[in-house]
Parts: sequence; structure tokens; C-alpha cells
Amino acid sequence: MLRRTLLATAALGLGLMVTGGAALAQGMDKVKACFVYVGPIGDGGWTFQHHQGALAVQETYGDKVEVQWQESVPEGADAERVLTQMALGGCNIIFTTSFGYMDATNAVAAKFPDVKFEHATGYKRDHPNVSTYNARFYEGRAVVGTIAGRMTKTNKIGYIASFPIPEVIMGINSYYLHAKKVNPAVELSVVWVFTWFDPAKEADAAKALIDQGVDVITAHTDSTAPLSELAKTPGLVGFGQASDMEAYKPSPRVTSIIDNWAPYYVKRVGQLLDGTYEQTDSWEGIASGEVLIGEITEAVPAEVKAEAEAVRDAIAAGTYHPFTGPINKQDGTPWLAEGQTAPDGDLLGMNFYVEGITGDIPQ
Amino acid sequence: MDFGAINPVILVASLMVAAVPIMLAAIGELVVEKAGVLNLGVEGMMIMGAICGFIVAVKSGSPLAGFLGGAAGGAALSAVFALLTQFLLANQVATGLALTLFGLGLSSLMGQGYNGIKPPLTGAVPFGPLADLPVLGPIVFGHDWMVYASVLIVAAVWWVLGRTRTGLIIRAVGESHDAAHALGYKVNRIRLGCILFGGAMAGLGGAYISLVRVPQWVDGITAGAGWIALAIVVFASWKPWRVLIGAYLFGGITVLQLNLQAAGSRIPVEYLSMSPYLVTILVLVIMSSGRGRAGLNAPAALGQNFHAAR
Amino acid sequence: MLRLEKRPDPSRFWLYATPVVAVLMTMAAGGIMFAILGKNPFEVVRTIFWDPLFGEFAWYLRGQLLVKAGPLILIAVGLSLGFRAGIWNIGAEGQYIMGAILGAAVGLAVFPTENRLIFPVMIAAGLFGGWLWAMIPAILKTRFNTNEILVSLMLVYVAQTVLAMASTGFLRNPEGAGFPGSRSFSSYPAAANPELIAGTGVHWGVVSAILVVIAAHVLLQRHLLGFQIRLAGQAPRAARFHGVSPNRLVVLCMGISGALAGVAGLFEVTGPAGQISIDFNTGYGFTAIIVAFLGRLNPIGILLAGLLMALTYIGGEMAATNLGLPSAAIQAFQGMLLFFLLAVDVMTNYRLRLSPLGAR
Repeated sequence: MLRRTLLATAALGLGLMVTGGAALAQGMDKVKACFVYVGPIGDGGWTFQHHQGALAVQETYGDKVEVQWQESVPEGADAERVLTQMALGGCNIIFTTSFGYMDATNAVAAKFPDVKFEHATGYKRDHPNVSTYNARFYEGRAVVGTIAGRMTKTNKIGYIASFPIPEVIMGINSYYLHAKKVNPAVELSVVWVFTWFDPAKEADAAKALIDQGVDVITAHTDSTAPLSELAKTPGLVGFGQASDMEAYKPSPRVTSIIDNWAPYYVKRVGQLLDGTYEQTDSWEGIASGEVLIGEITEAVPAEVKAEAEAVRDAIAAGTYHPFTGPINKQDGTPWLAEGQTAPDGDLLGMNFYVEGITGDIPQ
Repeated sequence: MDFGAINPVILVASLMVAAVPIMLAAIGELVVEKAGVLNLGVEGMMIMGAICGFIVAVKSGSPLAGFLGGAAGGAALSAVFALLTQFLLANQVATGLALTLFGLGLSSLMGQGYNGIKPPLTGAVPFGPLADLPVLGPIVFGHDWMVYASVLIVAAVWWVLGRTRTGLIIRAVGESHDAAHALGYKVNRIRLGCILFGGAMAGLGGAYISLVRVPQWVDGITAGAGWIALAIVVFASWKPWRVLIGAYLFGGITVLQLNLQAAGSRIPVEYLSMSPYLVTILVLVIMSSGRGRAGLNAPAALGQNFHAAR
Repeated sequence: MLRLEKRPDPSRFWLYATPVVAVLMTMAAGGIMFAILGKNPFEVVRTIFWDPLFGEFAWYLRGQLLVKAGPLILIAVGLSLGFRAGIWNIGAEGQYIMGAILGAAVGLAVFPTENRLIFPVMIAAGLFGGWLWAMIPAILKTRFNTNEILVSLMLVYVAQTVLAMASTGFLRNPEGAGFPGSRSFSSYPAAANPELIAGTGVHWGVVSAILVVIAAHVLLQRHLLGFQIRLAGQAPRAARFHGVSPNRLVVLCMGISGALAGVAGLFEVTGPAGQISIDFNTGYGFTAIIVAFLGRLNPIGILLAGLLMALTYIGGEMAATNLGLPSAAIQAFQGMLLFFLLAVDVMTNYRLRLSPLGAR
């Protein structure tokens, strides 16, 4: 729908409906924070973690905040409607937690300039009231890759990948680089499942990898299915993804990469409350707590645990960047020189494997 | 790496496991269709079985109870279908689809709060040293007991349908319900029984997915398995043993394409993921080409509701 | 004992009363379900049925009803022609996707040219894409007698894979930083499908839906083909004697339903959805089957049924956001609606009779 036509009508409604509160610079007494989820809260993964963040907001600010959410919102026209309804219903800040909401977020933001929109994992900020935020998951992959390289006995590690987008390719590259660093003989197998969340497919993918001799698997998909599959054979290693997945401790889940959105959400709502809110593009990682490494269990030998923790701490301190040269692209062309770290732009548009990974990225 | 890196023994063992849910659902639907009823609600019944089985297993701690619970859940949902089509004479296609929609929604509702929970595990049947045999070990002796049960059920259905009086009556009802009625058989009641059996089997298949194959509960966990089961019934020309072959074929292709990816095959991933469906279409065409519906072995009264005129 | 006795003619009263009775029964049963879930049943039912039409934000939501109902009606009318003749096209979702892909590909191929003919050509491509995808099961049925339910259904999965290939590969936005998804059509006016009248949600898809309803009505009532379709469904033998070629009917019905589904996909992708993305398809192809039955395979009925279904979607969404109802409850609710409709529908053709025990 053309924004122009809807804007005209919405402006009328706006005058009557929006209860957005005082202007930006003055801070607010009460904030209504709304969340749009792409999946069900009970998925135990991506959406579950976002919801934990939402709950943290409620807990931190108590009466000063009202939290509302809508789960399993399909991307596209439905998203636009849900966002419009939320804005009309008085939400002051709306978090849209999936890349696919990008156009809808920007379209609705145009119609409601007094409402703040925060879009996860996106890159479009067409209007001043749209901010974007993301987390440096590849930092988590670095830690996990180190453990993988050390703990594999067959020298075959696996990655269950969702879609061939930069975020996933970043993860694959980081995982492989760090496994290779501690274990030069390691080989990586990637299975593309073309879904973010499909337990049966993920279990099948894990099984296929295991059948091929892989004994350490990490997944970019959100369910606990790969861990369930790994659990059937003792001695295999896996990692919690997006959430801690404690049910699979101490093995096969030896550690996990936890999406921790709470600090960011609490910060942004707080800024709205005390009037310091500004449009930002945020890409934080381990250092500010957005990516957490879950408890490393006793199944991991002490030296390996120490090594992994060292990687994590170095990243947290800012002294180590997971993509530090010399690194070549898969076809041999140089990418990063000795000591050079990858600029964010390269990472955000990453569409190549690093040297040493066999196989192609699906086109 | 090439095709040769895939171990065929492991592949066959994997596909036998992958095939169990669709085999159970398909054999149940075969009985239903033999009696002349087309129940498109297999997906809904499977997922009801998945959640009911999961809840019962988690609450009771026993996977066996879980499987029974799953069968009961599937049968309960199919009872609604039976009521609507046999006694209220509703259109079978529409009712089946409504069943799927309702089943998906209801199961999701029931499953709230059960996400991410680990169910009690079903172990492999302890065959001892037999399971370590080189080729026969993993393929024949390395499975959990549901795999064997599913094959036994197929055998039982084959025997009952082909060799017993009950089976004859069921087939008669499916070929011509008017004639069967004239002979004094209670058509609707027989169909009700078959529908409940079909529901129980679909429920069992669904419970296998949530208790063994994945194993966990999540919304929509069956992901279209019910539709595949329907295809297998046609593929099998309504013959029980062919259901087994069809299920293994479909399961095999699905498992194979993932294994090919894991082995680093150069075949583009997208074509691999399309392959199970394309192969199913191809086989359907081959099975039905050149022969009329009679040759296809479809029950003549399939899809038509029966209403006693007096 | 209660018995069902066939009526000599369908009851006119029940023909119109059935949907109303079914809706009322669904409200009641749904209310019980909502109460079990801990919500106030009256509030939920009111939020679903009343608010979108007359509530606080109805001025916005009424338009959204049309956005939601448009594709449903468009696809359902096409499907209903086939269903009447006993031709079960269950794969409308796949035809929807393929029509959208082909139409979008044609439009994006000439980006950024501006020309008034681009959109009409895209419409033709959408029709063609859906038609082509439906021809596969049609030809397989006429030549090899393969069951069209299963072939069309399998092709849905294949279409979804093709969609993934399109979003991440051949239709991917070159300026999209590597993310999947095509160019956004809102940034390409010649190929876009915007709202025609501000605030009403009416886009070309909605207009087409209305036109198609009228066309189908005329076809079924006045045109020979329509008569043949109705005949083939109710008395196949008579139809054959009349000279209706079953193969021709299969090809025509599948073709029409495929084309309509395809063009619905095109309108959706260039309008409300905005771009080709991995999962822009939200199940309209399957929901349309339900709408077709809800509307009794009658074009006017489908128009009303589509609006009713859209109401449950939109109202259900509001109930989920504002009242915290799980969205699964709405799906179960929709399934219940269909159940009750199918159950009550029996009264149209049969009447209840009390018969003394043992009379059979």
C-alpha cells in the first residue's frame, strides 16, 4: 500500500487516538512497550529469549511500564496491521523481533512519528523513529568453535544452517576458523535446512551429520531437536542455541550461546522514561552482555574450558576480534591482512566462506 | 566427498526409523479408504496423537502409556469426523480439512507449556549381541520396539483385510455400500470402526514423532507428514505391503538428501529438498498410468456418503 | 429414535439459516473454550466479531477485512468451480506462489522502467504462472489418471522450495545487503499494487475478487460451461451422456482455479506483502478451500464466507494481542466454525424425523 494514502487517513486517526505521551526530550511517566514476535513464546529459542527480555522490562520498571505482545505474527501485510493496531492502541515503543518485519516497521513508522520502533537484525532506518539492533552472535560461535575443535574425536564437526544470509555465513566462518585454530585437521560439514525452526527437520539434519561421522554439532536453528538427537548416542557434543537448553546438561549440551536481549530492552525503555532516547543502530555482543555463554559443563576437560573462557574474556575485554587476519576467502583471495580485523560492513554483507571450508553456499 | 561416502547400512537403518510415522498413518488411512471413506484429516489426527502422547508420557513417565495416549487422541478426533460424515452426512473432503485445521489449533493449545520438555525416552529393544552383527545388526536388530510394531501392524492389516470375514465386509462396504446395506451390514457402523482405527494409527504415528523421532513437542511438529501418508496410500494402490514400500521410499529419499548434504555432495541443496516430493509424483504417475480407476484398485465407493434410504 | 429423511428439495429456509446457526453455535462452543482458557467469553467473542466492524479502530480494520478477504475470495471462487465438478485442487497454495513468482519476475526484469503496461503484463504473468502449475496435475490426471489431490499437494512443497530459491537466488534484491527477499514493490510504482481508495484497503486484488464473483455467478447460472460443471458434479453419468468431456472439464477447472490462485498471489506480493520473500505465503491457498465450502461453492456465498473468515482472522488477532489469548485458540475456533457449518448443513437436504423404535 502506498504510504501516502494511508498516511492521510492515519493522520486523522492519530489526532484522536494516539496517547503517546509527552514529546521526546521530556521523558515519560509511563511507557507502553510492545513486542511483535515471529514465533510462539514457547519455542524455547529465538522468541522465548525475546520474551525473557520483555519480562525483564516489566520486572525492572514495575508500574511505570505496561508490556504487551503478539506472538506468531506472519511477516508481510499481517505484520503491518499488527503494528498499526499496536500504535493505535497506544504503544510508545514497539520492538519487531524478526528481519522479515523490516518493510512493515518502516512503513508504519512513517505513519506514527511519535511512536518509537526498534527492528531486530535489520538495516533500514528510513525514518528518525526507527532504530535497529542486533547481537554479535559470531562472537559466541568463536567460543563454541574453540570447544568443538578441541573436543571432536573424529575431526568432523557439523553446522546446521538455516538460510544463506550473512548472519548465518558469519556464524559458519567464525565457528570453523576457531575450531581450525586449535585443531588444523578439522573438517566442517554444513547442512542447510531452509528454516529457522522445524524440530523434525533439525533432528533429521543432526542425524544425517551423525551418520556421516560428525561428533560435534552446532545449529543456527532454534529448537532443542539437534540436542535430542545427539543425546541418543553418548559422547556426542552439542550446544544450546539462542537459549540455554539446560535440560540437556551436562551432555550433550556442553555450553550454549544465549541471546540476551534484556539489557538492551531495559536500556531503551529506560531512555524513553528519562528522556534520553535517541535513534541508534546497535550491534553489541559479549562485552555488553547481549551474547552470553552458558555454563560450560564438566563434560568439557579443564584445559579446554579454560581456553574457551579465555577467548570469551578476550572478546569481552575488546582485545580480541573473532575475525582477525590473516584470513583468505574460500577461493584463495586475501580478505584480511595480518592483524587486520574485519570491518562491520564486510561482516554485514558476508557472502563467502573462508578458506578451508569445502562446499558451496546455496544460491 | 561423493555418494560413496554414505554408509548404506546406516542409511537403511535411518530410513526405517524415519518411515514409521507415515507408515502407521498410511496403513490406518488405507483401512479407512478401503471402507469407502476419504479422511483428509490425517495431519490433524497425527498432531493430536503427538501432543496427547507427549502429555501422557510426560505425566506418567512411561513411553508405552504415551503411545496409547497418542492413539486415543487420534481416535477421539477421528470420532468427530465420523460423526459429521457418517451421521450428519457432511462432505468428506471439507470435513477432513476442517479436522486438520481444528487438530492443529487444538494441539497447539494443549501443548502450551510443554515446549522444550524432555519426554521419557524409548530405548532400543535389547537384542544383545545380535545388534552387533555387521549388516543385519543395525538394520534388523537395532531399533526401538515401535519400528517392529509398525511392521507387525502392516502385516496384521494385510491379513485381516485379505483373509478374514471382517476384512471382506470392510471391502464390500467400500466397493458398494448399497449392496452391503442390502445384505444387512450396518454400513455406517462399520465405517465408524474403520475411521476410529485410522485415527488411532495416525495418532500412534504422531506420538512416535514427538516421543522418539525428534523427540519433543512443538507446534506443528508433524510438518505435513499426514499429507505424505495420504499420498502413500494411493501410491500403494491400497495394498498393505505396498504401504511399507512407499513409506520406506519416501523416508529413504528424505534421509538420503540430508545425508548427501552432510557428506558434502555437489548437488544443489534446493533440488535435494524437492526430491522426495518429485519422486512421489513420479511414482504416482507410473502407478496410475495406462489403467483406469479399477486398475488403480481404489474402492469404488470412496468418498461417497452413505445414507440408508429407509 | 431420531432419523434423517431426505427432503425432496433442498430447504430454502435452511439454506440461509445454516451459516447463521453455525456462527451462533461456534460462538457458544468457542466461548466455552475461551472460558476454560481463563478469558471472559463474552469479551473474546465481542472482540472477534464486533470490534473489527463497529469498534474503536473499525475505521481502519474494516479496510483490513477486505485486504484479508480479497485473495481468499479470489482463490475460493476458482476452487469452487472445480469442487462442484468433483475436481479437487488442493494445491492452490502452490499455484498462488508460482503465479506470484512469475509475475514478480516479469516485473523486476524490467526494473526500473516506468510504463503503464507493466502491471497488466505482470497480471497476465501471474495468471499464467498459476495456470501452468495447475496444468501439471491436470495433465497427469487426464493422461495418466493420477490423483489430482496428491499431485497438486506435492507441488505445493515443490513451489515452496522454488520460492526459497527465488528469495535467496534469482529474485534476490541486489541492493539488499545479501538478505533474502526481492526488491520491495512499494519502491517501484509501475509494478506496485497500492490502495486505490485511501483507508479502505481496496487494491486491485479486491476489485478482481468482486469482478470474479460476478463472473462466476453469471458463468454458473447462464453459461453452458457452468451448467456442465454443475451437472458433472451432481450426475456424472448424465453429464457424459450430454457430451461433457470429463477431461476437458478437468483441464478447464484446474486451469481456472490455478490462474486465479496465481493472480491472487501476484496481487498479494505487489501489494500487502510487498515483496517476494521466503514465506510471504500465509496459507491462503488452504484457507480458501475452507472458504469455498463455507460459501457452499456458490460465488455470492463465497463472498460472504470470505468476509466472515477474514473477520475471524482480524478479530482473532486483536483478541490475541489485547486479551492475551493464544493464537492457536483462534485456529481451533476457525476449525470449529467449519465443523458446525458442516454439521448444520445436513438440515438443508435432510429433515429430522422421530421414528418409533424397531420400525427399521
